[in-house]
Formats: sequence, structure tokens, C-alpha cells
Amino acid sequence: MGEPPAVLEMTGIRKIFPGVVALDGVDFRLLPGEIHALMGENGAGKSTLIKVLTGVYGIDGGEIRLSGRDVRFTGPLQAQQAGVSTVYQEVNLCANLSVAENIFIGRQPRRFGRIRWAEMRRRSADLLARLDLDVDVTAPLNTYSLAVQQMVAIARAIDIDAKVLILDEPTSSLDASEVAQLFAIMRRLRDAGVAILFVSHFLDQIYEVADRITVLRNGALIGEYRTSELPQVELVGKMIGKELATLEQLESRPRDSTEQLERGEPLLRAEGLGREGAIAPFTLAIHAGEVVGLAGLLGSGRTELARLLFGADKADSGHIEMGGKPVAMRSPRAAMAHGIAFSSENRRTEGLIGELSVRENIILALQAARGWTRPIARRRQDDLVAKYIKALQIRPDNPEIPVRNLSGGNQQKVLLARWLITEPKLLIIDEPTRGIDVGAKAEIQRLVAELSTGGMAVLFVSAELEEVLRLSHKIEVLRDRRLVEELENTGDVDADRVMHIIASGATS
Amino acid sequence: MIDVSTTPATNKSGPAAGRRRTYRPNAQYIPVLATLTLLIVMYTLGAVNYENFTHPSVILNLFTDNAFLMVVAVGMTFVILTGGIDLSVGAVIALTSTVAATLLQAGWPAGVVIPTVLLVGGVLGLGMGAVIHFFKVEPFIATLAGMFLARGVALLIDQNSIPITNGFWTGLAEARIVFEPGVYISAMALVALAVVAVAAVVLAWSRFGRNVYAIGGNADSALLMGLPVGRTRIGVYTLSGFCAALGGLIYSITTTSGYAGHGTGTELDAIAAVVIGGVLLTGGSGYVLGTVLGVLVLGMINTIVNFQSLNSWWARMAIGVLLFAFIVLQRLVTRRAK
Repeated sequence: MGEPPAVLEMTGIRKIFPGVVALDGVDFRLLPGEIHALMGENGAGKSTLIKVLTGVYGIDGGEIRLSGRDVRFTGPLQAQQAGVSTVYQEVNLCANLSVAENIFIGRQPRRFGRIRWAEMRRRSADLLARLDLDVDVTAPLNTYSLAVQQMVAIARAIDIDAKVLILDEPTSSLDASEVAQLFAIMRRLRDAGVAILFVSHFLDQIYEVADRITVLRNGALIGEYRTSELPQVELVGKMIGKELATLEQLESRPRDSTEQLERGEPLLRAEGLGREGAIAPFTLAIHAGEVVGLAGLLGSGRTELARLLFGADKADSGHIEMGGKPVAMRSPRAAMAHGIAFSSENRRTEGLIGELSVRENIILALQAARGWTRPIARRRQDDLVAKYIKALQIRPDNPEIPVRNLSGGNQQKVLLARWLITEPKLLIIDEPTRGIDVGAKAEIQRLVAELSTGGMAVLFVSAELEEVLRLSHKIEVLRDRRLVEELENTGDVDADRVMHIIASGATS
Repeated sequence: MIDVSTTPATNKSGPAAGRRRTYRPNAQYIPVLATLTLLIVMYTLGAVNYENFTHPSVILNLFTDNAFLMVVAVGMTFVILTGGIDLSVGAVIALTSTVAATLLQAGWPAGVVIPTVLLVGGVLGLGMGAVIHFFKVEPFIATLAGMFLARGVALLIDQNSIPITNGFWTGLAEARIVFEPGVYISAMALVALAVVAVAAVVLAWSRFGRNVYAIGGNADSALLMGLPVGRTRIGVYTLSGFCAALGGLIYSITTTSGYAGHGTGTELDAIAAVVIGGVLLTGGSGYVLGTVLGVLVLGMINTIVNFQSLNSWWARMAIGVLLFAFIVLQRLVTRRAK
């Protein structure tokens, strides 16, 4: 056909980390003058592929050809010199230096070893003008918005005579008009023949700007498609790993405990709560004994919503009512005082302290709630811990071993026990089943159902749609950092319908 | 020069157009300007309160008396600009003055002793820089070790003060440009000013200098931008060691002696001068000129304390108060920049 030869061809790429095959024979190619989106859920291998391409990781198999020549990069610098430039999600520049310096540092024009500042400033201004950006190049970078900083990073990248430009989630901290500006620049570079690899979690953005899409799942290549020939719903299906047909065949969920629910006054009501750049204002009511599920793709604002409710981030609009009275969720401590518990997504870095024992980890939140001046008697600690180890079936059942020796699923249960022991009225669990085995998953789901039967309200955040469908009374669907739909989880709600909403933003 | 005609979409957190109309100095210059103002205020206070304070020799003596500190502080400026610290400089003064005095006593010619001593300082700095970079040791710890090592070696060589009688040394000690009787600038002060000039040029006009700022701003980014982070970081400690050795030479010349007790606490004076001069302790912002002003402020405090015939602890207290004030000022300036 009329396709030009690929500027970059990766074939059969394998990358193995201890115990995990991160990339399993992935093929990927970039044509000159195209914007190519790389899609996949968390853990699909997107960032590994990018790191292989930029020389951060070596490869265990396969080959990379750049402009028809075999290459193997040993570091970001070599990749840059070969014409592969990367702009990362967080701006990797030196904010204390001027705009011009950030573009040219390391490659400043010199005469007799002396930097020619005037020429550098002139060339940076020219370069930025090409990107339609009119800023004072002598001002320090930190006087400009993130969007401008992002553009400066791009200016630096393309001045290194880039053939391939990798944009790794460049839009995650930009607002709509800034995104539009970035896209204009991307199109212009594409028309100039640069091959652009674009990663974003925003489906609309992908469909707005990308020419082709490559989908990865679990380290394997699912396929390469023209954007115009791949409807959004099919893309979501390919990313999540369920073809529509299969989803339609799923039998209805056994929601034995969840059918009749008397709703009175809501336990918690969020009214127009929002935070710029994290989640658009939303209204949400949670009742006692209710499981509310948050569905949406990674980056759709699931975690951000939960963090606002817990006071982990500060809302810049709206308010929260509990039991009909407005409360200020100024900090996680305030939220805990109101009976809200938050079991976080990242059990290793945010939740558990690996060196402490199971007992100490479980007692931590209760002790914090009481204040450190009133220690909990050892006997009471032992009783409480023994009770929850039994209830949650934590294995091994020895309370004195360090938590880091437990499996992922059991660590998750320890984290859950820590919050349950404080007897919260509302339990927020973010991704409780990520990275744990099927058996442990089932147990945690059973536990959530039991807790809600016992009168606890649960906000359940999970990337796995089926899990959300199985457990929730009510499903809040998020898309592109906006709460787009609330669904009562009655018989006619299925994964297909939720996926349509995630893909299109509207009820089908 | 200042152009604010950015499109509104991109100028969200940029400098507000309205405020630009009145003159506002670049936030990076504020600490230096503050130090300059302070120096002028101190001088005016001195001139009003004391007789003979306005005599030109008062100012010229500031340079002469603090020549060694100025050289050491210049090296320290490079280190602190990268976000590091060098505690070994005072001990290096002790070591180099002792080595120089011992070698001169043994009959070595000055032309050999000077490069040897400078080499010793540079190599010590190189070693500390290498340890900091390759073994990821905190600069505080690595240079603390260097400090003990240098002072220990100096004491091992000789525990007593060694007088220097070498003709070249005593000649340099007396070398000066006399403007009128009693008004002169010493050769050592000129050496210090030359070091300052070279350092200023290197920081502003060379790739090495700009890399120093980049590393202080964000070392991880600097690495991803493909800058030679390791080479630069080792380079600044080598430079600081070299400057400390040169400072030691100047010290041995002005005192015509070598002694393992020389330079006690100089590292802290140098750090104080650099910070008062407006260099950010976390790195990435500051100027050599600021450091010079910082050294002059310290010198001016001592001068005023002398004129007032107070005890020298008053000088220490004043330095303490100033340090505190300047660190708070830096915090305020950086907070507003964000």
C-alpha cells in the first residue's frame, strides 16, 4: 500500500523481570509522520515498552530497528543521540534555570569555550515560535505553568533532531485549552515527518489526535489498528480483555445479600465536591449498609474521588455532609474522626510498614485514633488482633511475624483489618484486589459483602468491572475525571452497558 | 527584554501581567540585593558612629584580611550550588599550611611547594567527590571524614606551629599596592579577587558552570537531560579542595607560618558567607558576587566589633542572627517563586 517504511520497528520484544514476563514477544512499529497511541490498562506493559525503547531497560529478546538499522540503546543519552526523544509525564527539566537554558543545556552554542547566550536566546525564541509559544526565554522555567514547561520539554526534545518523539502521558496535568495547544503542536510535528508515540488514559484525546492505536494487555500485543476503524467500545473491550460477545454471555451476578436495601438519610453526601485537575465537581450519596462501586478506566478519577472524600486531598469546590450536617474533611485525621476509613491502593508505599509485625500494623490506626498518650494494653491488642486474624483468615496466623513476609493477598487483609478495628461507618477500599491471587480476591469480595450486610457503608474502587458489578448496590461510572453516570445495580445493568458508558460518556 | 505577550492559555501561572508594570527585581537577585543593602547599611552605621571609619583603609583591609576566606568561600559556592556541602575546607587549610611550612623548612623551593600543595588539596577534594558520587554517600558525611583525615594528617606531620622564613613567602606577605601611606591592597587580596573573577566567568559562561546550576536545581532531571552529572559533581569537590588549598597557602603567607590548628571553624565561616551571600543551601540558585558580599559582611561585622572594642563573641552572635535572617529570607523568596 502507500505506507512509507517504518522509522522504528520493534519485533518480538521480550523483557523478563524476576518472576514476571513484562513483555512477551511484542511487535511495535512507528511510521514517519504519524501519531501512534499506545494503549493498555495498568500492568499491560506500556511503560516497560517505552523504557526498553529509550534504553532505560535492556531487552531479553527481540530486536529494535531504527531507520532500518539494528540498534540497542544502553541509556537515555544514546537513545537521544540516535533520535529518540522522550517527554515524560512529570516535566524533567531544571525549573531554576531559564527557559532558553533548559532547551540548550549540554548543547549550548559556544565560541572559544564561552557560551554564546545571545545566540542561545535567539535560537530558543525561534524554536518556541515554531511551537506557537511566545514566552520570555530569559525567565526561569518555574515562573511558567506546567503546560508551558511541557512545551519547553518538547522544544528541547525536537531540537535534538528527533525522528521519534515519545510523549508519556503529557496531558495528565493540563487543562482543556492547554491540551488543545499541545495537540496543535503534535499535529504540526507529525506533518513535518516526526513519528510520535503518544500515551494517554483519556480516550477522547486518543480519538482526537491519534492516527493508529496499538493495544497491549498483560505484556502481550493485542493488535494494531487504525483509529478510524476501531470504535471506542471495541478499544475498551480489547484493553480490559473481554470481547463484547463474551461479556454479554456472562450470567447475572449472584447478588444474594444485596437485593433489598432500605435507604433512609444518607450517611455521607458530597455536594458539588471537586478539585481542579483531579476530578470535576460531583454529587454522591452513600447510605449505611450500601456498597457503592466506582467504575472507570485507570486515570478516570477513581482514586482522586476517594481521596477527596477522605480528606487526603483538599477539595476546591463543594462540601460534604454527614448525617445531614456539613463537615469539613480537612485532613485524613478529621475524616477518621468522622468514622471514615481508607484502605489505600498502594499497600506497600502508603499502607503497611513491612518491618513491623502483623499485630503492630493492625493496631496502628486504632492507636492513632486514640492518640499516642493512651496506649492500648497488650492483652487487649492480642485479643483484637487474634479476632481479626481469624475473621479475615490471615495466613500465617502468627501475629508477630513481619508483614513483609506475607503474601500480597494477606497483606491486603492486614490493611483491611487495621481499618476494620477502628469500626468505621464508611470504609473506602481502593483497588483491594490488585495483584493478589484469585482465592484471596474471592475472600476479600465476600468480606465486603458481609460488612455491608452488617450495616457498614463501603465505597469500593476497582479496575475490575466484574468485581464492581458483583458487589455494588450502586455504580458510579467515571470517565476522563468526571462522574458521568450513576447506575442502580439492578438486573439490567451489565458489563456491556457500563463499558459503553465508559467508552462514550453517555447511557446507551 | 521582558515580554509578557504570551497567549492567555499558556500564561496561567506565569508572571501576572499587571504586576510587571512596576519594577520588580528578578526573584533570583533579591538575596544578593538584600546582602548589598545590608553591607551599605552597616557601613553607613559605622561611618556615622565611629571616627576614622570612612578611611579608605577600612574597606581595603576587608579584602586583605579576608582574602583566604574569600577563596575558600568561592570553592564552597560551587559545592553548595550543586546542593552539596564541604566541611573539610578548614582542615585542608591546616593541612596545606603545615605541608607548605614543612617542605619549605626542608629546603624545597617555593616554585615546587606551591603546585604540590595545590595538588594535595585538589586530590583530597577529588577523592571526596568520587566517594560522594560513586558510593552515594551524603556530602556531609564524606567531607566530615575528609575533615578529620586532613586535620589528623596535619597533626601527624607537626603538632606545633612551624615558622616560615622562605624569602619568597615573606616577600609575598609584604607585597602590596600602596595608594598612599597606610592605604594599600595586599597581593593576596588581588589573588582572591582574581579567583572570584575566574569563578564568576566559569559559572556564567561555561558548560561546566551551567551544569552546576542544573544539578542543584534537579539532579535527576539533569541526568535525564543527558548532562555529565558525575563528572560535574566530582569536579566541584575537586575545585573546592583546590580553593581550600589555595586559601591555606594564602593563610600561611599572611601568617608566615604553618600550623595544624590553622583554619579551625573556617568551613563554618565559609558556609555562613555563602548563605548570607544569597546562595540557596538546597542548590541551584546564587552567584559568586553574592558570596563576595557575604564575606565582606562577615568582615564588616568584625570591623565594627573592633571599633566598638567589644568581645569577639558579639561578632559570632551577629553572624548567627544574620544567618537565621537570610535563611528565612531565602525560604520566603523561593516560596513566592512557586
